[in-house]
Amino acid sequence: MTLLIKNGIVYDPLNGVDGEVMDICVENGRIVEKIDEHNAQIIDASKMIVMPGGVDIHTHVAGAEVNSGRLLRPEDHVHDVEPKTSITRSGVGHSVPSTFTTGYRYARMGYTMICNPSMPPLEARHTHEELEDTPIVDKATFPLLGDWWFVLEYLRDSLIKECAEHVAWMMVATKGYAIKIVNPGGLEAWGFGRNVRDLDDLVPNFNITPREIVRGLCMVNKILNLPHTIHVHTNRLGQPGNYITTIKTMECVEDLAESSKPAIHITHCQFSAFKGDSWQNVRSGAEEIAKYVNRHTHVTLDMGQVIFTDTTTMTADGPWQYTLYELSGNKWVNHDVEVETSSGIVPFRYRRKNYVHATMWSIGLELALLIEDPWKIYLTTDHPNGGPFTSYPRIVSWLMSGRARARTLKRINEKARARSLLPSIDREYTFYEIATVTRAGQAKALGLKNKGHLGVGADADIAIYNINPKEIDPSKDYKTIRKAFSRAAYTIKDGEIVVKNGEIVKTLSGKTYWINFESLSLERGSSNCSRVVADLKRRFREYWTVEFENYFIPESYIGPSTPVSIKMGMCKE
Amino acid sequence: MIFQITPKYQFRVPVYAECISPDVFNGKKLDEIVKLKAWEGNKSRSLGDLFNIKIRRETELSADELIINLAGDFSKVRKIGANMTSGKIIVDGNIGMHLGENMEGGEIIVNGNADSWVGGSMKGGKIEIKGSAEDYIGAPYRGSVEGMKGGLIIIHGNAGRETGCLMRGGLIKIHGSVKHFVGVNMIDGTILVRGNSDGKAGAGMRNGKIIICGYIPSVLPTFTIDGIRSSTKVNGEKISGPFYRFIGDVADDGEGKLFISKAKNPHLKFYEKYLE
Repeated sequence: MTLLIKNGIVYDPLNGVDGEVMDICVENGRIVEKIDEHNAQIIDASKMIVMPGGVDIHTHVAGAEVNSGRLLRPEDHVHDVEPKTSITRSGVGHSVPSTFTTGYRYARMGYTMICNPSMPPLEARHTHEELEDTPIVDKATFPLLGDWWFVLEYLRDSLIKECAEHVAWMMVATKGYAIKIVNPGGLEAWGFGRNVRDLDDLVPNFNITPREIVRGLCMVNKILNLPHTIHVHTNRLGQPGNYITTIKTMECVEDLAESSKPAIHITHCQFSAFKGDSWQNVRSGAEEIAKYVNRHTHVTLDMGQVIFTDTTTMTADGPWQYTLYELSGNKWVNHDVEVETSSGIVPFRYRRKNYVHATMWSIGLELALLIEDPWKIYLTTDHPNGGPFTSYPRIVSWLMSGRARARTLKRINEKARARSLLPSIDREYTFYEIATVTRAGQAKALGLKNKGHLGVGADADIAIYNINPKEIDPSKDYKTIRKAFSRAAYTIKDGEIVVKNGEIVKTLSGKTYWINFESLSLERGSSNCSRVVADLKRRFREYWTVEFENYFIPESYIGPSTPVSIKMGMCKE
Repeated sequence: MIFQITPKYQFRVPVYAECISPDVFNGKKLDEIVKLKAWEGNKSRSLGDLFNIKIRRETELSADELIINLAGDFSKVRKIGANMTSGKIIVDGNIGMHLGENMEGGEIIVNGNADSWVGGSMKGGKIEIKGSAEDYIGAPYRGSVEGMKGGLIIIHGNAGRETGCLMRGGLIKIHGSVKHFVGVNMIDGTILVRGNSDGKAGAGMRNGKIIICGYIPSVLPTFTIDGIRSSTKVNGEKISGPFYRFIGDVADDGEGKLFISKAKNPHLKFYEKYLE
């Protein structure tokens, strides 16, 4: 199928296109230089914004933990029901929508790629099953390896090469895309009812510190040549005074960075940017973090913006979820994934009039506005922890309009308002910057060569929004911006029109991206990394409830599969 | 104006008819009312497909005086009177689940039995059931913690389990008996049971008041005896005792008051030694 998008006002930051009127040609799911106009379907995009399809670097949409969240929250579903249509399936859910609805809602906002950032390796099969049922969007998922016994032991014994081989095996076995680290060391400690207090606190029974874990996995990431950096949820997340830990975590890999390439991604940074020493005097540490990030090139962040709504928090950070349960008194789930990781789920309502919640709202926006380079910070809510992903358009309007921020600021807790830095910030994002923080930057950070841009050869994932930047002043008409970004005029996925005027007109299955190592010949349970596999097999007999042979997920098991081949030049014995 | 609604046939699957409510009917003509949407199982139907609707008396009355009379077997019809704020619904027959859910005002009278979730999460108004009701009276939807906040529910017969679950205000009066877990996780409000209770009364309650005038097999060990009262008051009405007065649920740092009839529960006499 060939498509011609005519006269659109194009924002394509990766190719430096800033609001130029251009035609985009699509053929066989790719963007091409030229097509035969007579045979092509023509979309008249004059007076409309054309951007690459949105990319979400961090959103909990699939897996055992999300599914437990769905089970825990019937009251979240009952008021948000989507009946089936002739094209789409029915679904429910505000903060933890069912799989099909997740795909449709992302597509309606013009998103075409999402990353599920926390997958306990044991639950990888379940995660891939749900990802397969999430239509339209492309997917990638990150296995949790920061508290993985093997990693802790290899790193303790300074066996970096073996650790890299092991991580490579895990990446292929679970069909993952990047290394996710959650509260390094803390989750293992939580197995014994404890937590780690700082970057240099020893992990019980392992004689290793979180600093060594982060540095070790950062080196592994480099050896393996993975397209994304390590994806880190910091220690002490959600505790007052944790901004120091966050800065220390960024500092600890400073020397491992190569030239201007990022070496670490700090995810949902808002939750890791608290100053103060108790909930009563918690303040924003956004200024300090922004100052550090502005001076360094090896870090990327995502916001983890809080929205004032009823949502469901879920993370692998068991100890933090326990704290949250104690704070809220809500029902909760706490789960220990055998020897691998922990997790917790607590329903939570962020309230405008609550000092802490209002401060958190402010911190997220301060981070996005104080960090000068939009290539370093990306728009997320850590769905569903800060709020559902459907609130992205609202965040876009806050970033683009000081008035929109002032309007919400007027309605929040008085003490939080007095301490917020927002009134002193005049910066308003341009469409070019919005395109960076919602797609281009994220695609670049993920190392996805064909996503996040509209250059020749890129995947034909395109979002068209009904806004004319020449006529509209985003600062004043923030409501129009919000509406336009919630309902894309067109979403094009792999060259097919999937959304028209905010309604799904066609569904297709999205691809799953995973890392395949060229030099590593892996088959079901066997590998040429003999030592690593021998280690694994021995431990599996002792500690796991599943057989080693059943652990490895064959490629045929996952939906439309897109292996990303990586050269690492190891394991050639 | 008085509307009369009768089922056209015996329903075999649940019917969700939220639109049967004085607030929805108010200001509408009969031909508009029969076009209102309801669900029968997974099929979308119009009200006219399922029910015979007629106007019994046509007078220009205000919304407060609008009456809907349901006659026949409505035991499969759910969510009647949901979110209503005024007017009156009179049911001659049995009624299905979620009667008067989230109701804010007005009145519902049932001359028959009711299913579960009578007045779920209700905020105001009055529901009176002349027969018995099933479980979860005044309780929120599954998973939610927003229990009954205000209003009055009167059951002349018996009630099921978890009556007044997560209740935050208002009054529930049961003239008959209740099954297990009356007032479970109650936060505030009052429950008066004239008959017996199957036990576990007030489990997890944090505040509020439960009065049981009949027999109870035992009081949970997480309640401490506080004293003996000759009578207690419910909305100004004097309920004569004497009653054992317990405080709990201590396991949840609760300060709820549980009144248990002394005369009907001689087996609880051993508690009196803790009062000396």
